[in-house]
Amino acid sequence: MSQPAGDEIVQFDNVGLRYGTDREVLRNLSFTLFPGSFYFLTGASGAGKTSLLRLLYLAQRPSRGAIRMFGADAITLPRERLPMLRRRIGVVFQDFRLVSHLSAFDNVALPLRVAGANERDLRKPVTDMLEWVGLADRMDARPATLSGGEQQRVAIARAVIARPQMLVADEPSGNVDPEMAVKLLRLFEALNGLGTTVVVATHDVHLLQKVPDSLIMRLNKGQLGDPTGALKFPPARDASPVRPARPSA
Amino acid sequence: MSPIELLETRITGVVRAVTGAGEQELVPQSRLSGPMPWVIAIMVTMTVIAMAAGLALRNTVVSAQAGLEGGITVQIVEPRAGERQAQSKAALERLRALPGVTGARLVPQDELDRLIEPWLGSDGGSASTMAIPVPALIDVQLAEQASEARVGQIRAALAKVAPAARVDAQSGWLEPVYDAIASLQWLAIALVLLLALALAAAVLMAARSALGTNRETIEIVHLLGGTDAQIAKVFQRSMGVDAIGGGVVGFALAVVVILFLGRHFAGLGAGMVESGALGWNDWLLLAMVPVAAALLAMLTARLTVMHALRKML
Repeated sequence: MSQPAGDEIVQFDNVGLRYGTDREVLRNLSFTLFPGSFYFLTGASGAGKTSLLRLLYLAQRPSRGAIRMFGADAITLPRERLPMLRRRIGVVFQDFRLVSHLSAFDNVALPLRVAGANERDLRKPVTDMLEWVGLADRMDARPATLSGGEQQRVAIARAVIARPQMLVADEPSGNVDPEMAVKLLRLFEALNGLGTTVVVATHDVHLLQKVPDSLIMRLNKGQLGDPTGALKFPPARDASPVRPARPSA
Repeated sequence: MSPIELLETRITGVVRAVTGAGEQELVPQSRLSGPMPWVIAIMVTMTVIAMAAGLALRNTVVSAQAGLEGGITVQIVEPRAGERQAQSKAALERLRALPGVTGARLVPQDELDRLIEPWLGSDGGSASTMAIPVPALIDVQLAEQASEARVGQIRAALAKVAPAARVDAQSGWLEPVYDAIASLQWLAIALVLLLALALAAAVLMAARSALGTNRETIEIVHLLGGTDAQIAKVFQRSMGVDAIGGGVVGFALAVVVILFLGRHFAGLGAGMVESGALGWNDWLLLAMVPVAAALLAMLTARLTVMHALRKML
């Protein structure tokens, strides 16, 4: 997958992250994410996938290194400008993180309301999105009354409702049945087709095979394993990325 | 979805569209269910009562000063009744002839008897027949303020015709009373300020507690791109509603107390107390207390939340 120069949306340069005085959970990460690409982030439990995603959705600043996102220096950017960057990122949290006192409708509408959308304008897209994830009849249900799978679908609907430039999903298929998992991947692919960069953290190897044009980032003990160099910063333009095997017919 | 649920959903949608609700739902609201509205109600009640007391005292002073500003009392302190009477008459004539004197009257004997009755009793007869000589009193009204210099001039003018005359500005007698009232006024102002501080402290603690309770939600809203100002606005609005509710209740309670006390004071029949009655402008000022309390509560909530959020990424 060749990429045009200079339009990277994320650049990590020698990034490290440690919590407190513990050892680094992420070490020497250097990679670039391009618009319209589909990335899988894989690795064993404790490899640092969630920590890397937290850096990607600006919940955390690294202990060292440089990060550029959407052309801005995410390390030195004043915190009052962070919300504008965050609005360009959709996040599916591993534990869903739905707002407990809000209905499914209000949870999905949250990014639009935060962005200042008019109440009259958000009803249709939110309803459509809930219909798409199969929750049209659960719009007024609170998260506590939803099953794990339903909560996950609400979380996904909330992440994509505002058409983010980058979608970051932490184990999005963890609580859904295989049929829904495929359906969700199709949604991510559709978004990807519209130009959204998608980063999906998963340890489900079957999932990797379902998106043929995806790139894989492997995390191992906090380090990015990328033997081909496709994800290195600066990227090796002519190198072939690590591609999953095409799903067998 | 059942027809009832469908209808409910539609109604919710319409209400949302009409009221523009949404942002305020970011954080759970607990209006009038927590202690804050009641704390604010109590604060407003006490503030309004303290302020009403201060205003009533101010009115008393203003009214008394207006009445006594140009007042002078001339006492003819002469033990011999005949001489006293003669000097009183001469002084009265001299006073009436002086420029700037708008009125001078010899206080009648029966009025004098009534004045000294609380001290000497009524058994001994009238002041004129008592063994104890009681000075004659002349009540003088000047066109201008009874300044020290003016009193001196009058004293000099009376020295020849009534050497036993003692001249005093009436306002001077009430100087200690004015000082005491001024102290009470300062006390009322200090109370109002302390209550405002206590209100701000209570709001600060409530806002911090609400922030702690809703930390998870706030973090999510932050990660979805919510700004500090948006989040602060939710708390500010919530606190504002609590403060307005509490303020209205507190003000109503204070009005009842003030009217109750006013009726009792009016029953005393003392002129000075009656002159302290609150006017329309005073009531207007008191009505501003719940408004000020709401603004103070909202400002405190906003500053507290903004300060706390700055510690988050």
